[in-house]
Amino acid sequence: MSPLAALVLLPVLGGGLAWVLDHPRLGAALRLRDGAWRMSMLTLVLETALLALVTFRHPTPAGPWLAHFYRPWVPPLGIAVRLDMDGLSLALIWLSLVLSLACVGVATRQVTYHAGVFHCLLLATLGGIIGTFLATDLFLFFFFWELMLVPMFVLIAVWGHENRQYAAMKFLVFTQGSGLIMLLSILGLVIAHYRVTGVLTFDYFTLAATPLPPMSSMVLMTGFFIAFAVKLPAVPLHVWLPDAHTQAPTAASVLLAGILLKTGGYGMIRFNVMLFPDAAARLAPIAMGLGIAGILYGAWLSCNQRDLKRLIAYSSISHMGFVLLGIFSGSSMGVQGAVIQMLAHGLGTGALFLIAGAIGERMHTRDMQVIGGLWRVMPRLSGTGLFFAVASLGMPGLGNFAGEFLVLLAIWPVSPLMGALAAIGLVLASVYSLRMVNSIFLAAPRPEPIAGADFGARQMVVFACIMAFLVVLGLYPQPFMTFSTPSPLPVAAGAATRSNAP
Amino acid sequence: MAAFLIPLAVLCPLVASIILFTCARHLSTRGVGVVACGGVGLSALCCVILAAWLLARPVTEVLHVDLWTWMRAGGFSAHIAFMLDRISLLMILVVTIVGGLIHIYAMSYMRTDPALARFFACMTLFVAAMLVLVLASDLLCLFIGWEGVGLCSYLLIGFWHDNPANTAAARKAFYLTRIGDVAFLCALLLLATATGSLRIASEVGAAESGQVSHMVVNAATLCMVVAAFAKSAQIPFQAWLPDAMAGPTPTSALIHAATMVTAGVYLLARLHGLFALAPAVQALVAVMGVLTLLMAACTALVQSDLKRILAWSTISQLGYMYLALGCGIWQGALFHLMTHAFFKALLFLAAGSIILRAGHEQDIFRMNGLGRAMPGVTAAFVAGASALAGLPLVGAGFYSKEMILSGLWPARFMLAGHDIPAGPVLWGLGLLGAFLTALYIFRAVFVVFEGDSRTDPTGRTPAGMGIPLACLAVMSVFGGMVEMPDTLAPIHLFTAFLGLSPPQAHEPAWLVLAGALAPLSGLLAAWVLWGRTPRIMREMPGQASIIPLAGSTPRATDALYGLVFVRPLRVLLWFVRHDVAAYCLGRTGRLTRLASDRLELARRGMIGLVAGRTVMLTREGSILLGRMQDGRVRWYAAWIAAGLCAALATMVLP
Repeated sequence: MSPLAALVLLPVLGGGLAWVLDHPRLGAALRLRDGAWRMSMLTLVLETALLALVTFRHPTPAGPWLAHFYRPWVPPLGIAVRLDMDGLSLALIWLSLVLSLACVGVATRQVTYHAGVFHCLLLATLGGIIGTFLATDLFLFFFFWELMLVPMFVLIAVWGHENRQYAAMKFLVFTQGSGLIMLLSILGLVIAHYRVTGVLTFDYFTLAATPLPPMSSMVLMTGFFIAFAVKLPAVPLHVWLPDAHTQAPTAASVLLAGILLKTGGYGMIRFNVMLFPDAAARLAPIAMGLGIAGILYGAWLSCNQRDLKRLIAYSSISHMGFVLLGIFSGSSMGVQGAVIQMLAHGLGTGALFLIAGAIGERMHTRDMQVIGGLWRVMPRLSGTGLFFAVASLGMPGLGNFAGEFLVLLAIWPVSPLMGALAAIGLVLASVYSLRMVNSIFLAAPRPEPIAGADFGARQMVVFACIMAFLVVLGLYPQPFMTFSTPSPLPVAAGAATRSNAP
Repeated sequence: MAAFLIPLAVLCPLVASIILFTCARHLSTRGVGVVACGGVGLSALCCVILAAWLLARPVTEVLHVDLWTWMRAGGFSAHIAFMLDRISLLMILVVTIVGGLIHIYAMSYMRTDPALARFFACMTLFVAAMLVLVLASDLLCLFIGWEGVGLCSYLLIGFWHDNPANTAAARKAFYLTRIGDVAFLCALLLLATATGSLRIASEVGAAESGQVSHMVVNAATLCMVVAAFAKSAQIPFQAWLPDAMAGPTPTSALIHAATMVTAGVYLLARLHGLFALAPAVQALVAVMGVLTLLMAACTALVQSDLKRILAWSTISQLGYMYLALGCGIWQGALFHLMTHAFFKALLFLAAGSIILRAGHEQDIFRMNGLGRAMPGVTAAFVAGASALAGLPLVGAGFYSKEMILSGLWPARFMLAGHDIPAGPVLWGLGLLGAFLTALYIFRAVFVVFEGDSRTDPTGRTPAGMGIPLACLAVMSVFGGMVEMPDTLAPIHLFTAFLGLSPPQAHEPAWLVLAGALAPLSGLLAAWVLWGRTPRIMREMPGQASIIPLAGSTPRATDALYGLVFVRPLRVLLWFVRHDVAAYCLGRTGRLTRLASDRLELARRGMIGLVAGRTVMLTREGSILLGRMQDGRVRWYAAWIAAGLCAALATMVLP
């Protein structure tokens, strides 16, 4: 059994077990409290061990691809279960696991309402995400892409806050609808390949070599692009995000902001820029314009929010604008910057959502003007929050700055104007971050006493790990940059030269 | 060993800061002070050893310490790297020694504050960030320190966060300097794109050898000037520094003397080779510097808050430094930076002692006659004031100002091929500034210390505060004597320290004399106005109206900011108070629902109508047909006959 398949299956299996373990009679028989939570923790630890095994098994991998897995699934249609892992996938899976561990370690033990189902859905989402990062069969990719949406939809709709039904429906309509457009594009690509070669296949590497007229490659790429732009999200398709992030339970918010958005960036690198390099180059000005719009618009709206989770959600849109900008900058430096930015944003914003969840749990509100200053009562929570707010405003030496700087450096030769506009986003970032700090951390406390304890040792260990990751990412991103470079496609390179030749 | 000491000098305060942030609960008040002062003190020790090591070497010796590669992508690479040459040596000595004295002072000053650990954590982090800034040999590494000091100033200005005004002042400081930071980032991007590296030495070298186009040099230096002006609160960014007084007094001393505001001066002095290639930008720096110098001096003249007077005087003195930098006298700017660090730290710390003992009173007109009650602090403040005013011989400021003024006289600008001898004009304005400086600072001295006692100071100044004051007072009096005009004595230790040859051209004696007379006349005027006739000028209401323009400057600039930046931003924010896209989507959704409701209604109506009519038609039809079949044979026969007739008629008729 290849470790890749195990990586995908393990969370799903663990989730199922967690569901079973949560059965009251079984729990009583085993004398196990928090059975579902313990099971999820165990699953994640096993998964991490497995991933560590995959990472360190080959000290010097022969090629850019670290591991492969192949089984035919529907042979008549050329559909296979094909999983491949390169540095980009590996980095993003590590991010997913670190965040999930933090999330389960800090925020899900308190869930009492159908805890088993909750953990099962959480792990199923994780399985879908890992599958998305690994799949190199387009049909399988689409399958995982949908797989992660449905459990997330249920998580929001059942365990969310006051307006959860609306938010969940909005989330589902946007992501599902765009997923269908992607399916059309996938089918179009497969049919185009079939027409030319007579081979029906969904294999990524084979399809990458499909010779396409410029017009149809543009159309097909736009289909992919829309799906990923919704997920990233790019303005104006970001509408689902603030509601979904705000209404989702803490753990789901963390997964949404930390990892789910990254599937959009991952998809753009793997399926837009690398599958259709020429069309992507032609779309680049529009995509970069959308990126700039996202940076400024997201930051602008973030400055104007009173709801803590909403503020963080809009700041995510702003940060992901840099990712879009970097991916379409047309240089490897931009892609590296985008990857660093994705990792840093996942860690930083995930931690901010965890903190927002902790505050919500203690204060029962997300309104920043009601919360008041917390430093005196909860210095640890506030100090942690201050750190991540500072990271989010792009302090040099922390992860976000490294990503943003590389993206800006990549964009500057293309268009200094765009670079300057994106840099203005950093001023706005300081406005919303410091507004948050001065409303809830370093501010006058509320007159009435606050019930609820400060972070304990367990939470602080989790947050200290995330902080350490961010500092390492900020001060020594070089290993991540060289490591997480997406593997170039020899065939895609061939296709690019072929289409350039005539 | 030296290569090991440089990172150690940065690490000591950094580690102290981390300890204080994380272990705040487990440390006593004394422990906190010891950790903070120990961190900065160890760093100062490292710096002194480094100084001894470097000064024993030839002047061109530069020590490079490359720690690791920060990022390398495409053709670009950045490093976490430090460099020790004479300029950075001067800076680290000033930062750690003055910073260390401020820390010792703060240990006594802040000892009753409940959040002492957070205070000292921010202070030590401030020193660490400033050390990174001045030691970095890579501009991107310098940017870590550049942003770091901004963050620390934000945390410290808003230290007493229970008052919203304090946090607002802190945010204002951060936003205004952040605008400059973005300009700095743009300069970095310009240079990195042009040369693929951000090493200071290679940057300057590439520009001098003409590898970088003229336009890039001009644009990059302009961006850096914006960044430096924002950091140093020069026009048009001056608004944040007076508000920054909201922080504790040792913070003000640290921001004004050793760190933060001097970062911009350091940057321009460090890159003087690059700025020499952009004469237009240099001229701009000089003009803005002299404008700021005069504007801030006039504003300081009408302030009544002791700390605000000092804040405006800092802006004014920084104007001197930029004036010097703009005319290419960067060594003069650095010399003034050093002496300014001494006397401004002294003035702030003395002011802090006065304010503490006067019961947190900051208005100078409510604390007359303190001279007799606290002679030690008075002596320290007067020493600082004479150094700031540049009183000849007894003030450190005299020598540094003299170096700048005598350098200004022959200055010329090369603008668009024209040779403009702007030197004498700038010199005259600088002299006017010196006069104003003496006037405003001795106004404060006479008002606070002279006259009959109105407030009863309480307590004594503890030794923990007195010793740093004494040290700084000595440095303020004697610190300037390392460099003298040739007219007085041929001492050129400072230029030798920087590795420059002493100035060749002897300035005429009357230049020195004029420079000495300007502050003296300022002192005299202050004595006439505020010292000799205390009742008249002190009691006069609305003193600010003496110089109407100056009195209204801060308010006017705030109003201008409000009009230019804040108001449009507010309007825009009002427009986007809803997410436009979400709003449109919501509207569309509502419209769709409305339309479908209407359609539903219409459908229901149509079907109802059709169904009803059908039923009616059927019923009526059946009645009609029922009538026809009534069972009477005669009627049937009549129908048959009529039908036959009709059929025949249609067949026969054409």
